[in-house]
Parts: sequence; structure tokens; C-alpha cells
Amino acid sequence: MSKFVYLVPLFPLLGFLINGLLRKNLTKSLISIVGCGSVLASLIVSVLIFSETRQSGFQAVNVNLFNFIDADRLHIPFAFQVDQLSILFLLIITGVGFLIHLYSTSYMHDEKDEHFARYFSYLNLFVFSMILLVLGSNFVIMFIGWEGVGLCSYLLIGFWFKTKEFDDAATKAFVMNRIGDVGFLIALFWMISLFGSVNFSDVFGKAQAAPASALTGITLLLLVGATGKSAQIPLYTWLPDAMAGPTPVSALIHAATMVTAGIYMIARSNILYTLAPVSQSVVAIIGVTTAFFAATIAIKQNDIKKVLAYSTVSQLGYMFLGLGVGAYTGAVFHVMTHAFFKALLFLGAGSVIHALHEQDIRKMGGLKRLLPTTHLTFLLGCLAIAGIPPFAGFFSKDEILSAAYARNPIYFVVGLITALMTAFYMFRLYATAFQGNFRGTEDQRKHIQESPSQITIPLVILAILSCIGGFLGIPDVFVRDSHLLRNFLHPVFEHSETLSQTVEVGGSRELTLIGVSVLVALVGVVYSWSRFSKNPELGEPKGFGKVLANKWYVDELYDMIIVKPVNVLGKFFDSIFDRAIIDGIVNGVGRIVQYGSRQLRLLQSGQVGAYVLMMVLGIIILFAIQIILRK
Amino acid sequence: MPINYYIFLAVALFCIGVAGVLTRRNAIIIFMCIELMLNAVNLLLVAFSKMHYKALAANQPDAGINGQIFVFFIMVVAAAEVSVGLAIIVMMYRNTHSIDVNFLNRLKH
Repeated sequence: MSKFVYLVPLFPLLGFLINGLLRKNLTKSLISIVGCGSVLASLIVSVLIFSETRQSGFQAVNVNLFNFIDADRLHIPFAFQVDQLSILFLLIITGVGFLIHLYSTSYMHDEKDEHFARYFSYLNLFVFSMILLVLGSNFVIMFIGWEGVGLCSYLLIGFWFKTKEFDDAATKAFVMNRIGDVGFLIALFWMISLFGSVNFSDVFGKAQAAPASALTGITLLLLVGATGKSAQIPLYTWLPDAMAGPTPVSALIHAATMVTAGIYMIARSNILYTLAPVSQSVVAIIGVTTAFFAATIAIKQNDIKKVLAYSTVSQLGYMFLGLGVGAYTGAVFHVMTHAFFKALLFLGAGSVIHALHEQDIRKMGGLKRLLPTTHLTFLLGCLAIAGIPPFAGFFSKDEILSAAYARNPIYFVVGLITALMTAFYMFRLYATAFQGNFRGTEDQRKHIQESPSQITIPLVILAILSCIGGFLGIPDVFVRDSHLLRNFLHPVFEHSETLSQTVEVGGSRELTLIGVSVLVALVGVVYSWSRFSKNPELGEPKGFGKVLANKWYVDELYDMIIVKPVNVLGKFFDSIFDRAIIDGIVNGVGRIVQYGSRQLRLLQSGQVGAYVLMMVLGIIILFAIQIILRK
Repeated sequence: MPINYYIFLAVALFCIGVAGVLTRRNAIIIFMCIELMLNAVNLLLVAFSKMHYKALAANQPDAGINGQIFVFFIMVVAAAEVSVGLAIIVMMYRNTHSIDVNFLNRLKH
């Protein structure tokens, strides 16, 4: 079955073409069928391939479609690689992607037919690019997908392009991603010059013989790319702004799949990072700092989607921490569980927004009775992200934290504080929006009703996944050798694990760590539930809270040190360089030609004698030249 | 007679023709000067062809015959050209009552 892996990206591509080209002729129901059906078809093929990869003795399969670039000694095939890591990501993308497509059919139903089709064609194009990204068997194909998802992210953030603010958010996301992409691109060229190839198998095979400094350079540059795509410090500010897009887009692109592309890339090149310990530490430090920093901001946000956005940044930081301390399985595990519960939370938020047309949690409250299904699933999602056992987030977060402890206890402590804050702000959000009394207008109250089944079914499925998803990775302390995901992914990370010889935290100590983190999460949950359900903070924040509410003024800082100087420089170049020098040259050439021709025109006197004279002189000159040249 | 004489005569005729074209303003005289130049060239053609005939006649009985024939063609073309040129001059006279070529610079406007 893995020979037919090209079907997986093919279906969404067809969906994109059909919906994109026929957007003016199709009805909404047809568009929905094409949009959802293509992703469902991909999901089915992925599941079939997955069942094949689970058989014992499965070797990674390379499916070569055609030669993409053939130049001298550089051969870059357009090839897909099916192995445990890529198939796992495929399942997440197509599975969560399908649920979100289904959800969108109802969420976007108020749009005009044409825009409805445009939405679904972008969404399908996104799924196609994302599949390309995780399936490619070399860094170039990965880069194509990488750029494709960036483009779709831009298009979908700016989906309602008539609002200037949304346009700006889209541009911001695009530009910040480009900064990261430059790093990726340079790393790509460096790899070509160092290894003479960009195929995963060649690069990872030759990596051990390569000089350590070059590997460090390449991995750091790849990390720059990853920080852009996965919204890590210093390139994270685009993600909260990206909430301008429709909510399902935030769930699919900015929570479940695209932002995990950076984690996929680092997990894919795990051998390079294992061989470059410096870069690995940088990954860990960036991850843990981002996790902590974003969590502090999330505490004081009042927009339901902004809280979720910052929590996404924070959770991505966790994944980077996992990668940085060598817990590759843990990071991928967290990608998976995060895809479940964060997509669930975003879709839940979307359901609330759909019902209320309001995003400020201060104007919600008491939704528990008004939106029962949304409330229950949202609560499960919050429990999962807070790390309360036995929900999914607990297992993956715990695996990362114990690996962090083994590497450096400081990582663990910061991670623990972040976990406390995560529990706190998630339940602040939950308690403020769902508990207490309804604070909206009477008009809203009258029209409020639970969302239709296209919205609630994905919520329920994702909620179930958030509850049971964690059991794929039960820690060894509880049941020996029951970490299914580690066993499944073992072939991908085997080499790195033998190289780095990860230190296992001892049994009793690991139990203590788990106990501490659960306790901390519980404290956060109970404290903020009891505090915010009765009297939520409705006023404007004061003192230090104001700094947090204003996101540490990072946007203003970037504005001051980067955006404004670049604008000034741009104006300078516009007025001096462009208008004076470039325009001067262009206009000058034109003016010289005009002047010259005005002078030459005087020769055209109309005097026949003068013409003949010139002709004779010309002939004499030609003769002279002829004679001179013959000598 | 050595070929030099023919060449000198032809060059002299040609230069007279050029000088006439450059200096005179009467269209008919200019026309005659052009004919003079044309005939100078004809003379050269004939002279050279005769020279070739002399040099190659032993092996090649028809050597240099082309040049002689060619001159007749030139004469025919020249005659045709004359008829066109004279027609132009007639039209010019009808319009300007003069055959001074300097009047023709009015065509510029």
C-alpha cells in the first residue's frame, strides 16, 4: 500500500483544483463534499499505509516520482518517504484536518458561495502542502511544503481581506515566516555543499563524518527556520495576530499542524542535532524560555482566541524543550496530544464565537447551561492541556518534563512553573467564560443556542481523543514496556538514542516528579476555578498585570527597534537612492537620447546636395576603412 | 593599350560626374552627371573584361564575355531609369516652374 502513497497528497490537490476553479458554479453542499471528501480519502489511504507500517520488520519505503532537479552531480528526486514518523504526522494532519473540514462546513456557512469555495480550496491546498512537507524524502521537498503551508497560512489569516487589520496580521505572519525561511534556505545550501545531497538518507548517513562546527551551523540555521514556523522566541509574535483568520483555520493551521512543522523538521533531523550538542542546548533554552514567557502573557489576555494562541506558543515551547533534551519521542507525542486538545479547544472557542459573535471572555460567563456540549468538551480539553491525569496532556508533558529533569533540573523547574501557569490561565479562561452568570446582552441571550451537529461531532471526537490519546505512551514506571508510541517510533530515533545514551530517571524519583507535576497542575486548576468562577476579573489590569496584558510590550519593542528603522531606511532609499539615483539614470538616458536626436535632426535639411555630399563622404570613408583593414 | 589608361579615364569621368552632382543645381545637369558616372563604370567593365579575355583566351575561348554582355544590361536599366527620372523632372517643373533641386527641400514640410 505504501507504493500508493502519492494518493495521499493527490486527493487534497484535486479538491483544491476543483473548488478553486469551479468556485462560481458549485453549490455549498457540493463544495463541502469535495472539500471534506478529499481529505477523508487521504485519511483512509493514510490509515491503510499505517496498518502496513505497524507490521514487524517494516522498512522505510522511498517512492520516487520523478527527477526534480538534475544538475551536474546534484540529483534531487521528487520522492516520498514513508516511515513511522511521516505516517504518524500524516494521520494527525488528515485525521484532525478532516474533522476541522467537517466543522468548517457549518462554521463558514454564512459566507457567499464563492468565498465558501475559496475557503475550502485554500484549506485543501494547505493540507496538500502539509502532506508534502512531512512526506518528502529530502529537504527540498520539505521546503516546498514548508513554503506552501506558509502561503496558505497567509491566505487564510487574511481570508476576510476587506478588514485592514486582518491583512496586516497576514502580512506580519508571512514576513516573520520568511525571516525563518532564509535560515532554512541557507542551511539547505550548506548541506548541498557539505554532503552533495539533500536526501535524508544521504545526509544522515554522512553526518557522523562531518565536522562538528559545520553541523552546529546547519542545525542552528535549521532552528532559525523552525522558530519562524513554530512561533518560538524571537519570531513568535505573528501567531497571536494570526487569530484574525477564521477559527477553524486557527485550529488546523495555527494549533494542530503547521506550527508543528518546525518540530517535525528537528525530529526528522534528530541525528544532526544529537551530533551537535550546542545546537541541542540552544533548542532547549529557546523552548523553555518561550514556554515560560508565552504562559505569562496568556495569564492576562481577555480574548478567548488570544489566550489559546499564547498557550499554543507555550506548548510549542514544551515540544522544543523535549527536542532539546533529546526526548524526541516525547516531543512528537506532545505534538500528537496537543493536536487533539488544542484543536478541540479552538473548535470549542469557535463554537462559542459562533453562538455569541463575541470573543471577549469578560462579556461571556455562564455558558455552562447555554452550550452544554461545547462546555463539556471544552472542559475536557482544559483538563488535558493542564496535565491532569489520565487525560492526554498529562502523559506527553510528563515525558518531556522527566527527560528535562534528567538533562538539567533547571529546565524541569521552569517547565513546572509553566505547567502551573498553564493550568491557571486555562481554568481562568474556562471559569470566566463558562461559570458564573451570563454577562452578555439580552439580545444575545435570546439567540444563543447549541451549535449544529457538524460542529459538535468533531468536538466530541476530539474530546474522546484528548481523553484516551495519552494511553499510547504510558510511562515505564507504571507499566513496563507499554509505551506504544516509543516502540512504534523506535526505528526513526534509534540512532540518536544509541549516540546520546539518554539517562533514565530512576523509578522512585520519576514517580516523585510525576507526583509533583500533577500536584502543581491541580493547585493551578483548583485555585483559578475557585477564584474566577464567582468573581471574574472584569476591569482593566493594573500594575504588573498591565505589562502582561500588553504582552511585555514585545510588539512595541519590535516596532521600535526593527519596524521603524526599516521604515526610515526604506523612506531614505525611496527618496535618495531610488528617486535620485536610479530614476536619475533612467530619466537621464532618456533625456540624452532626446537631446541627441534633436541635434541630429538638423542634418535632415531637405537639401538634396547635402544628402549627396554625405553619401559621397560615406562612400569615401568606407573605402578608406576597406583599404586600412586590408593592410 | 595598357589597362591603366582606361582606368584613369574612367576615374576622371567618374570624378567629373561626382563633382557635377555635388555642385550643380539644375536637375537635368545632375541627371547627366549621374549618367556620366554610370558610363565610367561601364567603361571599366568593358576594359577589364577585354583584359581577362587576353589573359585567358588560350585555354578558355569564352573568357571575359560576361562583362561585355553585362554592360548591355546596365545600359538597358539606365535607359529605364532615365525615363523615370525625366518623368520626375517633368512633374517637378509642372509644380514649381523650375528645375532647381533646391526647391525640392519644400518636400520636407
